[in-house]
Amino acid sequence: MTGNAASSTPFIEIQNVSKYFGDFAAVDSVSLTIGKGELFSILGASGCGKTTLLRILAGFETPSKGRILIDGVDITELPPYERPVNMMFQSYAVFPHMTVEKNVAYGLEKEGIPRVEIKRRVGEMLNMVQLDTFAARKPHQLSGGQRQRVALARALVKRPKVLLLDEPLAALDKKLREHTQFELMGIQYKLGITFVVVTHDQEEAMILSSRIAVMDKGRLIQVGTPKEVYEYPNSRFVADFIGTINMFEGTVVGFDDDSVRVNCKDAGGELVALSDAPPAVGSPVCLAVRPEKIFISKHEPDNTEDTRLAGIVEDLGYFGNLSLYRIRLATGRVVQVSAQNSRRSAERFLEWDDKVFISWRPRSAVLLTD
Amino acid sequence: MKRRSRFILSVLAFGYAFLYVPLASVIFYSFNDSRLATVWGGFSTRWYGELFRNDQVLDSAFLSLRIALTVATLATIFGTMAGMALTRFGRFRGRTLFSGMITSPMVMPEVITGLSLLLLFVSLQQLIGWPAQRGFGTITIAHTTFAMAYVAIIVQSRLSAMDESLEEAAMDLGGRPLRVVFDITLPLIAPAMIAGWLLAFTLSLDDLVISSFVSGPGASTLPMLIFSKVKLGVTPDINALATLIILFVTSGVLIAWWISRRAQRQTG
Ligand SMILES: Nc1ncnc2c1ncn2[C@@H]1O[C@H](COP(=O)(O)OP(=O)(O)OP(=O)(O)O)[C@@H](O)[C@H]1O
Ligand SMILES: [Mg+2]
Repeated sequence: MTGNAASSTPFIEIQNVSKYFGDFAAVDSVSLTIGKGELFSILGASGCGKTTLLRILAGFETPSKGRILIDGVDITELPPYERPVNMMFQSYAVFPHMTVEKNVAYGLEKEGIPRVEIKRRVGEMLNMVQLDTFAARKPHQLSGGQRQRVALARALVKRPKVLLLDEPLAALDKKLREHTQFELMGIQYKLGITFVVVTHDQEEAMILSSRIAVMDKGRLIQVGTPKEVYEYPNSRFVADFIGTINMFEGTVVGFDDDSVRVNCKDAGGELVALSDAPPAVGSPVCLAVRPEKIFISKHEPDNTEDTRLAGIVEDLGYFGNLSLYRIRLATGRVVQVSAQNSRRSAERFLEWDDKVFISWRPRSAVLLTD
Repeated sequence: MKRRSRFILSVLAFGYAFLYVPLASVIFYSFNDSRLATVWGGFSTRWYGELFRNDQVLDSAFLSLRIALTVATLATIFGTMAGMALTRFGRFRGRTLFSGMITSPMVMPEVITGLSLLLLFVSLQQLIGWPAQRGFGTITIAHTTFAMAYVAIIVQSRLSAMDESLEEAAMDLGGRPLRVVFDITLPLIAPAMIAGWLLAFTLSLDDLVISSFVSGPGASTLPMLIFSKVKLGVTPDINALATLIILFVTSGVLIAWWISRRAQRQTG
């Protein structure tokens, strides 16, 4: 994790930025600060305004409202060619009529840097992205992954204060994507440039980022470290969007010390969750538990503190490193459970239609009000 | 399957024959020694020689070429600018109207275009004394107005197929807008511009109707000359002239094809 590279002083400040296309708010009152050297991800479903927000940062769209500051300087009115920001496009946008070397040199030539220096820096950069042997090739002679690296090199060689990446890995296959994720993180760590990455792949965001912003319909829903967003989602939307989660709708019926009792019809009774800001009795809430936080056993566990429910195995799937179970409760509600396959045995621990008990610690459950 | 393919082949052969036999016969009879255009009298190149001694033919050929070169260049410049304005400079008021209007010179009957331009030139002359006499200038202006519409449409379609983020990327890397046009946009639409140039060139070289309207005494373009000569009967030197024009246009088309193929290979 590159989280420790991030400092807490705000470097990019997005202040109450909105962008309207006609009446439609593509970006809706977004306020956000990003620290220097962070690898910040913007995550959200297709059409939620991620690219629009990035284009506002790059200067291709002017915000309808709000201001943007980078390193204390207001850049809201600056055209793209005067911003200390570079962007890697969703389509890579590598210039088809220029060689790899020319592509990478383009930005430096526009700065009026001496030829010798350009040659040296381009060489260094091509070396870093392992394209030095391809310098004389035209883009149509490259693979998708190589083109992606040209786009990256071309943006990085300018040594921008901020690099914006729009779905940088979307066009790559799974293996190459995983490899490139780590390469990106390595490069970011080495150069200390602030990265803002847009993605709709939540796994990618979790792996890459120091912090994640989750967007929905132009609004910012939650901002936090991958761990915060995963373990402490602030709303049903985030809980559902990041990973899988079991959600039980219910109403608050009472309190014991620091725990909240919630009556959930789905679960056939009361469930317990911990909360530092307990909602009022009678208010509708959602109790959410991640599949890997749930234990599964054939005999009733004797720890009475835990939430325990009985059910039968409706479905199970083997995924190599882990197994997924779908457990049907007496109420008919299906709960997803995942378990590590730590043992290697010929026979399965559980079979279809087995009677089982599922249980989880009270602090594993999250209480959601939004 | 076999029967149908034979049918298709014969239709194809017929169609191509329909297109090319007349052209072939023009070329064939241009080498005819006989004074009668359609009676074979043996092989000869004497009509070509006569053509090059005929001042009237040479003058009008030279005028046509000068007009066509000027028109092609002006139409490419203005047409490219119009095409870029219509695809790249955002949504300005009346853009739909403008992009619809640019096609009108293509569908408007040439007689109408010619007539309206003639009226324009005549009233301009009365108002400001220009154009003092109709000829090279007026024909060039008239041809440019309709040829640039073709160029604009070719450029426009190439531009809208081109990824706009290429230009944005160049701007992002520090290129000022005008610089980006020269660094990125123009090189990438160059094949379209060349195609447009060649099209404008042949359109101008070929035009009879509009030229007849807007030209004045003493200025006849090649098509005008041929037309007036043919009215007195087809002579073999016309065949020779036509053959030369065919040769010229064919090589133009081949060059255009070669350039666009090469550009396509380069940009993938
Ligand atoms: N120029 C525009 N004019 C009108 N609407 C636009 C324009 N650009 C974007 N939009 C709208 O704004 C919304 C957000 O678009 P945006 O491109 O930011 O989505 P995104 O989050 O990047 O999606 P994806 O993951 O599919 O790339 C979409 O509903 C889109 O239709
Ligand atoms: Mg997008």
